[in-house]
Amino acid sequence: MSLAGYEVEVQRGEGLAAEEMTLNMGPQHPSTHGVLRFVVKADGEVMRTAIPDIGYLHRSIEKISEKVGYHGFMPYTDRVDYVSAMQCNQGWGMACERLAGIEVPRRGEFCRVLACELGRMASHLLSVGTMVMDIGGYTPFLHAIREREKINNLLEELCGARLTFNYMRVGGVAWDLPPNYGDKVVAFVDQFEPLVDEYNDLISYNKIYVERLANVAVVSKEEAVSYNLVGPNLRACGIKYDVRRDEPYSIYSELDFDIPVGTGEMGQQGDCFDRYMTRIRELKECCKIVRQCLAMMPDGPVLAKVPRKFKPPAGDAYVRVEGSRGDMGWYVVSDGTEFPYRTKIRTGSFSAMSIVDKVSQGLMIADLIALIASFDVVAPEVDR
Amino acid sequence: MQELFDRLLANGWFAGLPTDVVYASGMMVFGLVLVFGFVLPMVPITVWLERRVWSRIQSRIGPNRVGPQGVLQGIADGLKNILKEDIVPDAADRPLFRFAPYLLVWGFVATFVVIPFSSSLIIADLNVGILYLTAMTALSVVGVLMAGWSSNNKWSLLGGIRSAAQVISYEIPAGLAIIPTVLLAGTLSMQGIIHQQGWAPWDWYAFHNPFTFLAALIFYVSALAEANRTPFDIPEAESELVAGFATEYSGMRFALFFLAEWGTLYVIGAVMTTLFLGGWHVPIWTENVALLNISQFVVFFLKSYFWAFLAMWLRATLPRVRVDQLMSLCWKYLVPLGFINIVGTAVIMVIWPHGSSWLRYLMCLVFVMIVVQFFRRVVFHIRRARPELYFNPAI
Repeated sequence: MSLAGYEVEVQRGEGLAAEEMTLNMGPQHPSTHGVLRFVVKADGEVMRTAIPDIGYLHRSIEKISEKVGYHGFMPYTDRVDYVSAMQCNQGWGMACERLAGIEVPRRGEFCRVLACELGRMASHLLSVGTMVMDIGGYTPFLHAIREREKINNLLEELCGARLTFNYMRVGGVAWDLPPNYGDKVVAFVDQFEPLVDEYNDLISYNKIYVERLANVAVVSKEEAVSYNLVGPNLRACGIKYDVRRDEPYSIYSELDFDIPVGTGEMGQQGDCFDRYMTRIRELKECCKIVRQCLAMMPDGPVLAKVPRKFKPPAGDAYVRVEGSRGDMGWYVVSDGTEFPYRTKIRTGSFSAMSIVDKVSQGLMIADLIALIASFDVVAPEVDR
Repeated sequence: MQELFDRLLANGWFAGLPTDVVYASGMMVFGLVLVFGFVLPMVPITVWLERRVWSRIQSRIGPNRVGPQGVLQGIADGLKNILKEDIVPDAADRPLFRFAPYLLVWGFVATFVVIPFSSSLIIADLNVGILYLTAMTALSVVGVLMAGWSSNNKWSLLGGIRSAAQVISYEIPAGLAIIPTVLLAGTLSMQGIIHQQGWAPWDWYAFHNPFTFLAALIFYVSALAEANRTPFDIPEAESELVAGFATEYSGMRFALFFLAEWGTLYVIGAVMTTLFLGGWHVPIWTENVALLNISQFVVFFLKSYFWAFLAMWLRATLPRVRVDQLMSLCWKYLVPLGFINIVGTAVIMVIWPHGSSWLRYLMCLVFVMIVVQFFRRVVFHIRRARPELYFNPAI
């Protein structure tokens, strides 16, 4: 028989007909983090499959770039991943700079990295907060959001916006740091670091929480590579790969930071708990990078001289940045005019969606929520 | 209550009426006064308290606009809910859909019949009091299942099924945890159980022996599960089932679900207090019966709200368990422990037919040590994370 457009197999038993239930999770479901849709086939509480249905948040961002030009596209990149817009800014800026061979001033690079790492902290805080919220705990979410607000205040002071920053420009950043900015950031980081331990005591090692996440939706190393998982999702499987270290861009090669990987401390390597813990550990690494950036901050200009009518020579450029959700690819083709000929953005959430169907088989409905949350899927980044 | 009516009858009131009619109508009047004067206003206050406690735990402010410190927030919410459209889905089973919330509220209000607020303030001191109470709280599952089925929505149905499985399972450890108390008291009547205890902590059944202490914990956990409180709120798990069995409800019917849920919080506290915390017992400090009853009522109220507060605190702290974990907790741990409690209490009753005072003092000491350890943990965390502390209860 057919239910909601999907064929459902009817199994005949001893005079009883049992059929799988097709559940339509989303696009307006509280825990799909935006407008995602999953067609879940379930036998009671146990799922057979969960097929992701994407495209509800498609805004043709790549096509828009062909109409608004290189400078004009910068605010649109904020909307690619609005939870951590800084890295998207940086990706677009770097792609254009590579096309035209522009050198960013050194202070500009430091400003970029500082802003990106603050943005990564904000994004990871939201991720671990909503993760707990989806598992059913409310307090840790609000504690995470409280800290995120402080970061948003700092970023607002830096660029005037709290979510869609539009801070970077082709050739550097729009504004230099405000007066006394370094002291404020250091004060925040000093206050924030012990709170990560408190957060761990509050929820991360809570027995119920660990039981809900450990050994759930395990992704092996081979699966992670073949399904092209990136960022914290990949590192949680035990693969020590980070664009910031393995293909260093900007000033990351001068900075000293660790790359946390999943250890399987509570269950198997690559389970939901590892993905969660990888983000928690990256919070502390971000603090380290922010401190180093402020200590090494040189003087000088923050923005290179770039003509208003920016016409890069014909050619193409592909850059990779480590976004909060992992390796983010920015490909831009120029035909020598003011407008890009073609732009392609490759994002981590999109590839994470492709593995959902595989790892969700045989899980319970409650585990699917944990799975989506642990991949840290942000709907606009999936569809763009 | 019976004594009051006996006295009135002896003084020549209600002449010409059969005494049974006088008793029955007296009970009904008192019941209605209790429901409309105490139970219904209490629920919004509990909701307000929970929201304030939550907001303090979560470093927020919480409702503080409607009335002094926001206590009248419940009236505003209730008014809003009454004004909302009462939507019945097209495909729903209309009679069942409309009836389900009433059944839930009925099950909740009916429990107040046997709750002993003070030595003479009880609607009916049934000789099967505690059994009646368990039966009435189990009635709520019928309402929830009815709501889940009649909504004709898959999320509602899942919520209803989960609730049925959960409540029926947790009835068993709750029932088993009641038995040690009943064994010790030798009666099922709520007043009878309280009369067997005293005002001092070492006279309470919670500290009578280690098995009753464990029984108190088991009963509390099971009661939370029966009332769908976090960490056992899987029937209406917001992030999983949208709103569970209440998904299709709106307006006042939806509010009735909430009325029953938060009201049950007080019922849990009242039963815990009756069974394990010495009920309304106060030292006899005055000859005036009215004053004594008022102080007993206050003590009972505070003890009950202590458990309600604990439930709020747990809800703010703990995440939700999964369905299979919920079931394994019940059948693998709580039920066997419940049986051990019964046997252990029986053995202790054989060894010390009238209880052992040193065992009671020891249990009190253990409890004090647990509390001390808890506060040491709090101090450790405050020192490490250096949070900003606010001690003023008003914001």
